Amino acid sequence: MPKIKLPVKTPHIDMTPMVDLFALLLTFFMLTTSFRPQEAAIIDTPNSISEKMTPEKNVITLLVDKDNKVFLNFDNGMDTSVIIRSEVLKKMAEQLSTQFTPKELKTFSNWASFGMPFEKLKAWLNTADSKEREVFQEGLPMDTTNNELNLWIRFIRLQNPNAEVAIKGDALADFKIVKRVMDILQENKVNKFNLTTNLQKEEAKLEE
Amino acid sequence: MAEIIQAEGKQKGGKKKAKKFSTHIDMTPMVDLMCLLITFFMLTTAFSKPKAMEITMPEPDNPNDKKDAPLISAYKTLNILMSGNDQIYYYYGVADPNKPLPELIKTDYSKDGIRKVLLNRNKIVFSAVAELREKVTKGEIQLADTALNNRIKELKKSDKDAPIVLIKADEKAKYKNIVDIIDEMAITTIASYAVVDISPTELKMIGSPTPN
Repeated sequence: MPKIKLPVKTPHIDMTPMVDLFALLLTFFMLTTSFRPQEAAIIDTPNSISEKMTPEKNVITLLVDKDNKVFLNFDNGMDTSVIIRSEVLKKMAEQLSTQFTPKELKTFSNWASFGMPFEKLKAWLNTADSKEREVFQEGLPMDTTNNELNLWIRFIRLQNPNAEVAIKGDALADFKIVKRVMDILQENKVNKFNLTTNLQKEEAKLEE
Repeated sequence: MAEIIQAEGKQKGGKKKAKKFSTHIDMTPMVDLMCLLITFFMLTTAFSKPKAMEITMPEPDNPNDKKDAPLISAYKTLNILMSGNDQIYYYYGVADPNKPLPELIKTDYSKDGIRKVLLNRNKIVFSAVAELREKVTKGEIQLADTALNNRIKELKKSDKDAPIVLIKADEKAKYKNIVDIIDEMAITTIASYAVVDISPTELKMIGSPTPN
């Protein structure tokens, strides 16, 4: 018997609804999201069994990267109508005899973590290119001759006394730098810290 | 909805008829599901947020207050000394430079190292807490999370002979070492511990150069 082979019809899938929905989703996300401001440094935190969540709002974050550079980030607190970041910057400027334009204050309000000597802050705020901005992030000075970190923390605490403090330290950072940060915080009457860690569950068993 | 029309084959006489099929797959449900999945993941990435370990430091010593440091009994004290390269040592009691020094024992961060030492010292509290936790997971006792945490805190304070751990780190210790040790305190349910400054005697014990 001769084998009869019929030509196989290629299946015809109408993709129009799928493309429509993807176009809708794309438009939605384009209009509703804004980029997260870049963090000053990439930090690999150590592990711990702690399951408590890091506070998201109303928190002062001190970042310590593995090269022992210290950066600072603080938000506008619980009540977002109070513009804490620009107020703190104004007070710092008063203390250190500088002036900031309203535009610079607004930019500072919208950005996140920073860490540089105060005289370089103006230049950093005025740099448009993000790659050039990264060069500025050299760490906040906190040695005894120039303890700018202390000033920042004092003014932030004055503006927002209820903020919690989180220390996000890299696992390979020297403990003495983190200890110095903790000492400066204790000078400003902060005795309770949150250390940001990754969750890693550990089991302990008693051996008889 | 896939429509696969197949004309049935076998007729009498055993002759096979040719199969005809046309596939027309309607993709709308698939796209609906993808939309749902995207929304689901957008909302649930909250689970992988970074966690925080809470620590409370004692008030810093005011140099104007001439108070004696509170005396702690030497037999309950376990001192942990940490240095660079993940080196960790421990000794019991007090390191008084005028008296013979206690034995310094080297250990490591693994579960057979410092954790074993801590568990051995803290048997009573640890087994009580482990028992309580087991009872709650098995459902023998009904406790809300906060109530459970409070009970565990009470248990930790109940043993009067529980060890007091003093954590000391030299210049070369890394932040990870301190976080690991404080984590071990939580894992082995040690109630009283403190991060204190390392003394010159102890620096000599571990062979670290004394800072100027």
